[in-house]
Amino acid sequence: MDDFTAAFATALALIAGLDRDLMAIVSLSLMVSMAAVSLAAVCGLPLGAAVAVCRFPGRDLVGALLNAMMGLPPVVVGLALYVLLSRAGPLGELGLLYTPTAMVLAQCVLVTPIIAALTRQTIADLHAEYDEQLRSLGVGPWQTIGTLLWDGRFSLLTALMAGFGRASAEVGAVIIVGGNINHVTRVMTTTIALETSKGNLPLALGLGIILLLLTFMLNAAAMAVGNMAKRAYG
Amino acid sequence: MKGNPVRSSHHHGVDQPATPTILPLALHEVCFEAAGRYLVDHISCVLEAQPYTVILGPNGAGKSLLLRLCHGLIRASSGSIRWHGMDVDAARRYQAMVFQRPVLLRRTVAANISYALRIHGVPRRQRPMLVGQALEQAGLGDLAGRPARLLSGGEQQRLALARAWVLKPQVLLLDEPTASLDPAATQAVETLLDQISKSGTKLIMTTHDLGQARRLADEVLFLHHGRLLEHGPAAEFFGRPKSKEAAAFLEGRLVW
Repeated sequence: MDDFTAAFATALALIAGLDRDLMAIVSLSLMVSMAAVSLAAVCGLPLGAAVAVCRFPGRDLVGALLNAMMGLPPVVVGLALYVLLSRAGPLGELGLLYTPTAMVLAQCVLVTPIIAALTRQTIADLHAEYDEQLRSLGVGPWQTIGTLLWDGRFSLLTALMAGFGRASAEVGAVIIVGGNINHVTRVMTTTIALETSKGNLPLALGLGIILLLLTFMLNAAAMAVGNMAKRAYG
Repeated sequence: MKGNPVRSSHHHGVDQPATPTILPLALHEVCFEAAGRYLVDHISCVLEAQPYTVILGPNGAGKSLLLRLCHGLIRASSGSIRWHGMDVDAARRYQAMVFQRPVLLRRTVAANISYALRIHGVPRRQRPMLVGQALEQAGLGDLAGRPARLLSGGEQQRLALARAWVLKPQVLLLDEPTASLDPAATQAVETLLDQISKSGTKLIMTTHDLGQARRLADEVLFLHHGRLLEHGPAAEFFGRPKSKEAAAFLEGRLVW
């Protein structure tokens, strides 16, 4: 118990002192996850909106597939990307394995279905409300998607935040394609896993606290934005 | 207007090719079927360019469906609908429609108007002036910067009307525009409708409100169970209804 208390105190000291290693890991984590969510937003928002608005054969199937893919096992995604990116794999020549770029790709694959599925739901609800009015005005299908994405912007922000939460908390996929190399591909989650198994509790605990705080702040921010939007736009 | 296929456009004061007129509207044996029932049952009629047509009838008579069929939002199961020979999809851009519950974008009052102008291809530079005029005409000038969906019910409906009017439609379709409004808000909407009508736009409105129909209608279509029972000048309809259903409706009895 004393060991644990001491580790906890050291962890707080690391955070308070803005420990260089700790900060490097935190900032890499944030950059990787933000890049992944941005990329996933570029794919997932239009995809989700298109599935919500456009009528095509197999639309329900695509919707069900998106929902199912929200639960993709990260380890399997990591493994698949590993096979693709490894030297002998089809994308091996790019030399991306064990780089932050590979980690961005892995998180992006995990987050895109989440953003797309949540977008589909939000946009489908909005479309049900706007459909007749937009058709009456003569709004074309692409303009409709643009209009709905813009008018749903605050709800969609919540979808992006959910995606960021998933990306930053994920460990299985990034540890496989990133390799957890010190100062290169070591992010919060992989470091926690490694340092805990090594018995270096202070760093693991410090990162754990920061990860928790980030998640908490993110959700609080999402709620605040949602409430503000409801007050401001009804 | 009849027999004159082309009329010059005063669309936003811009030189534009002459706009084809879409009236008269001709319905021939129009049906709308759902679950084996005729919700619109073999309706045939011709609506001329005279100002104010009111489609009257109890709830569930098929009034809203008829309006949506004419606007092309839903497809007739059988029969034909022609706007001066044009099909419903081609004619829609010369019409506007306002719904019972106004559908307003989650944007400001002014942005709701300029959105409609943008969709109709009005150049960006011309939009602010037209938006200003439209809001003044609707008595919403002071509310331009407010979020549209936080307006009162009456203001929202006037905004929906202003957004429709700014497009200078030849025909404005109105689906129970005052059904969920109180008397004061209803009066403001009716005043605005009067202005729109005087500007040369033909109005086709559904209502189940007898008083409103008496106040506004030049011509009445009386619908009952999806069938068109009467179609004639308002004075005639209110003075001497021909069907027993219309007579009962006018007496304020519940008709089913």
